[in-house]
Amino acid sequence: MATLLPPPTKRQKTETAERARLQQEIQSIPENLGSIRVQFFDQATGSATGPAVSVPVADASVKNLETLLNTLQGNEDDDERVPYRFTYQSDGKDNQTIDILSDLYHSLLKPGIKTTEDTVHLYFTPQAVFRVKAVSRCSASIAGHGEAILATSFSPVNSSTMVTGSGDSTARVWDCDTGTPLHTLKGHTSWVLAVSFSPNGAMIATGSMDNTVRVWDAKKGQVLGAPLKGHAKWITSLAWEPYHLQESGRPRLASASKDSTVRIWDVVSKRIDTVLTGHKGSVTCVRWGGTGKIYTASHDKTIKVWNSQNGTLIQTLSAHAHRVNHLALSTDFALRTAYHDHTGQVPQSETEKVAAAKKRFEQAATVNNKIVEKLVSASDDFTMYLWEPENSNKPIARLLGHQKEVNHVTFSPDMAYIASAGFDNHVKLWNGRDGKFITTLRGHVGAVYQCCFSADSRLLVSSSKDTTLKVWNVRTGKLSEDLPGHKDEVFAVDWSPDGQKVGSGGKDKAVRIWRN
Amino acid sequence: MPQNEYIERWTKQHGKRLDHDERTRKRQARDSHKQSKDAQNLRGLRAKLYQQQRHKEKIQMKKRIRAQEEKNVKSSAPEEPSNTPLPQYLLDRSQATNAKALSSAIKDKRNEKAAKFAVPLPKVKGISEEEMFKVVNTGKKTHKKSWKRMITKPTFVGSDFTRRPVKYERFIRPMGLRYKKANVTHPELGVTVQLPILSVKKNPQNPLYTQLGVLTKGTIVEVNVSELGLVTTSGKVVWGKWAQITNNPDMDGTVNAVLLV
Repeated sequence: MATLLPPPTKRQKTETAERARLQQEIQSIPENLGSIRVQFFDQATGSATGPAVSVPVADASVKNLETLLNTLQGNEDDDERVPYRFTYQSDGKDNQTIDILSDLYHSLLKPGIKTTEDTVHLYFTPQAVFRVKAVSRCSASIAGHGEAILATSFSPVNSSTMVTGSGDSTARVWDCDTGTPLHTLKGHTSWVLAVSFSPNGAMIATGSMDNTVRVWDAKKGQVLGAPLKGHAKWITSLAWEPYHLQESGRPRLASASKDSTVRIWDVVSKRIDTVLTGHKGSVTCVRWGGTGKIYTASHDKTIKVWNSQNGTLIQTLSAHAHRVNHLALSTDFALRTAYHDHTGQVPQSETEKVAAAKKRFEQAATVNNKIVEKLVSASDDFTMYLWEPENSNKPIARLLGHQKEVNHVTFSPDMAYIASAGFDNHVKLWNGRDGKFITTLRGHVGAVYQCCFSADSRLLVSSSKDTTLKVWNVRTGKLSEDLPGHKDEVFAVDWSPDGQKVGSGGKDKAVRIWRN
Repeated sequence: MPQNEYIERWTKQHGKRLDHDERTRKRQARDSHKQSKDAQNLRGLRAKLYQQQRHKEKIQMKKRIRAQEEKNVKSSAPEEPSNTPLPQYLLDRSQATNAKALSSAIKDKRNEKAAKFAVPLPKVKGISEEEMFKVVNTGKKTHKKSWKRMITKPTFVGSDFTRRPVKYERFIRPMGLRYKKANVTHPELGVTVQLPILSVKKNPQNPLYTQLGVLTKGTIVEVNVSELGLVTTSGKVVWGKWAQITNNPDMDGTVNAVLLV
């Protein structure tokens, strides 16, 4: 009874024949273009590496430019060589920036931006020397929590410890190498909504529905003193003071709450240091910047910037038209990991640790010899804004494109990208420098809750209502790995700072650890 | 293309009249005047029929207005979300929960792994071929050999079905007894939703009836559940799910079914 398809019409046939006949255009560089003069500038300092050098256009690929620059920098040995990202910034008023993707010809010469007569100024930024492999399998699915898992965080030290907060009013610390539970942090009387490791990895802070914050010893799994009481409603977000700003032996912690205040706690003496009041609605997110500023986002549509020393309000950033859901700082990764870098070597003394943490922060934040901390805010009005609170009350860019609420936003560790996860089932990638739209990562069939970059900024993992995690290749904007396995919504995901593992948890009560 | 959609086909090929929009607007504007005139002037049976139709229309209108009003009401979510733990970013959002509840109930059921192949109606009364088919004997040839049958029970035919030429059509499935939708009940939640039928999977009476798409009590049909927003464990949207028919569609004039979970 099946109806047969009609044979293709003449027009369809000619079209397919035409398509088959025409050859795909091959991305080749013409041989006869001669050479072009290139001068390299450091993106961080803005200073030139030397005079302009002449490069044959036919050979001016990113790979060759990298080799050339490494030679100019004097990185002769193989282990010293650093991969670079090259961008071109025009001198004119339009201030256009272009990433060199494969070679100079296709990025600059072919579109007619530059000719071979000109000297091209290329700005370079070093990329991560290590490469994180995409996680592809579930190494452990650990039962233990009695209710849904609401928050997760890896230790900044390495990928072997992870903490999760759950609806069964406990937080649990897991040994991710063996896939076994280490400690159960019992004490809260309601759901644990936020968990956070201190930058040195020694302490864990948990914020709960029962309006308290508790601080725990990460090694022993014991509570450190009494709960921090003071909030009138549940805790929504936690932020530790950056390591290089901490007074020695007196780390501080900021907690945002539904009661529209942010409290800064002295963790050791368990006292309130300052209360930041001024928001008119629930504070959804708090971030502690490396220059001693505290950024808070709230349901009252504003973002406020506070001085962490005396608790005074510095700025109010208002542009959003609806509640602000999430904030991300360009230096988040450096602040979170403090002195822990990819080599795994920890400085010996306290002063060295502070110096290392400070150096890492400054390395991450310096652009053109200035320390610039960028801020991106996601909101229910379907947009995001990119800010530079240091310079102006006005946003640098408005990031348009999502078709539903934007729930989560992150900066990549090298600050080149912004990723945003929305309830419209999409993850979007944006340029971290100017907020230009790059691409949409389609694939989820449910709302995307959270996303997280790998340490080398080349991969992104996103967690969704559709019970899957997906790993995306940032460069190509393609799906790298699909990770099904959870039996219900995935609420929380985190990629370990050393890139080895991804931890996730959700409504199915099981913590899953994924690795390559 | 279904056989009866010749008007749509024509508009797809040739487009609409240039003044189509204007004419529809005018017709709409005139409509209330016409209704008023009819209501005042019709007499007898026509008036009765007209009032019946109008009564139904008004019920629909009121329902729609009420639904609209419900949508406009800003109900504040309860301060403490009841018992299911939610992450911080979902706390102050009021969510459409019914389909989700459906989904998780199905998953819980799947976890139990009990009653995997059980169906709600394990046994049905047999229907004889005499009851199912009426012999068509119109015309001399047909009458001689009596090879043509008309199906007397409700059927499901796919949307892309076209009837065969008279000479080759052995089974006639009458237009009036064709069904496209079923009222599907979720057994645990007691929610009933009207869903489009995708196919007939199994008629317990006879494999031939399965092939013909006959809908009788106990028949397993596949229904389109995409609008419920169910998701598989691999993150794909669940599209078709099976359901068993629980009533006698030929007696009731409607298809009621229960979802197999």
